[in-house]
Amino acid sequence: MRRAAFVTVVLAALALGISVVRAAEVRLAHAAQGKVATSEVKIDNFSFGPATLTVPVGTTVTWINRDDIPHTVVSSDDAKTFKSKVLDTDEKFSFTFTKPGTYPYFCSIHPKMTGKVNVQ
Amino acid sequence: MSKKNGDEILHDHNHDGVDRRGFLKCMAWAGTGAFCVIKGGVLNSYSLSNLSGIGAKEAAGDFGFVQISDSHMGFNKAANPDVAGTLQVAVEKINALPGSPEFILHTGDISHLSKPEEFDAVEQILKGAKPKEIFYVPGEHDVLNDDGKQFLERFGRKARGSGWYSFDKNGVHFVGLVNVLNLKAGGLGALGRDQLEWLENDVKHLKHSAPIVVFAHIPLWSVYPEWGWATEDSAQALSYLKKFGSVTVLNGHIHQTMQKVEGNVTFHTAASTAFPQPQPGKADSPGPMKVPAEQLKSVLGITDVKYVQGQHALGVVDSTLA
Repeated sequence: MRRAAFVTVVLAALALGISVVRAAEVRLAHAAQGKVATSEVKIDNFSFGPATLTVPVGTTVTWINRDDIPHTVVSSDDAKTFKSKVLDTDEKFSFTFTKPGTYPYFCSIHPKMTGKVNVQ
Repeated sequence: MSKKNGDEILHDHNHDGVDRRGFLKCMAWAGTGAFCVIKGGVLNSYSLSNLSGIGAKEAAGDFGFVQISDSHMGFNKAANPDVAGTLQVAVEKINALPGSPEFILHTGDISHLSKPEEFDAVEQILKGAKPKEIFYVPGEHDVLNDDGKQFLERFGRKARGSGWYSFDKNGVHFVGLVNVLNLKAGGLGALGRDQLEWLENDVKHLKHSAPIVVFAHIPLWSVYPEWGWATEDSAQALSYLKKFGSVTVLNGHIHQTMQKVEGNVTFHTAASTAFPQPQPGKADSPGPMKVPAEQLKSVLGITDVKYVQGQHALGVVDSTLA
């Protein structure tokens, strides 16, 4: 009887321990997610908002089109570092900036629309 | 000075039988749905609601054609949830024009998202138009995702480069240009060196008296550069056309009618058959402009163009869908 009780207690402690560790893991994951920064650029009224965005290295920037006309997000450099497909209203495009630098971009459909991401 | 049914030539500076001031006046009438025919040097205007009074001979110049633009098949937002319907109304308008326009020029943004079914739908609707021959140039919405490859396969089999070409009809030389590809950040429409070289050669040996009609999507004159309503290298293109006595430039892109006369060149932009856009600077951006539903057809339209043998300037008349 005592042995069974002892085993139950040990198992319960183990279960508790595991759940505590699990909870900690989840907290760590959330914290890690917090470190993987995400940032958003809204496209509306034929403009990128904010027009200039400054983010830390490793950030994933997501552009979302809230305009009633399609737009694209294309980096202005020759290498075409990033290039979205055509984004209709409510469509998104994401790019993760792994290297520091200045990344000017524009909408290839309406080239007067320009923006910039500064990665530090 | 003005008669009841026509104006006499008062200023014939170019000695070509065309009263430029009268021509401009005629174009101003266009906004009210007037129909002008320049015949024998005299401008005759007819109200579109009164066309039954014109005989076929009076309505006929030597030949005519229609320009439509910016059908944006696939657009379905508030500014017009039924662009197929308004394109259909445009076809009915074309079919009701006096005289028989010989062909149609579509100055681009045929589709909204360059989707095959969008191009298919436009071609299908235009099959109902009396003029069976249709010439297209692409808008920026027609060359998405593939640098215009699909457009070229569909509409540019006889074209050069990214889709430019020329043809002759009844002594008038038509040139279709592409200024919506390889656009640079912060830039405007662009023709590019290859196309400009081709254009120079294409018109080099034409007689100075040959009337020229150039059609392209983005305006070839500076309408409003802040909104991209201009073409970087159009001055170069126009320099090749300086020697000609009559040049008519037909564009789209801005979804409203606008005209300018500069020497021998008449610039004209057409309304859209899909949705209007604001006047330059009158809004934050050049996007689709919402109007009350019952007013929509009155801000969409088609353009009728007539050429009369011996008269240099073409008669260009816009009419709205309602």
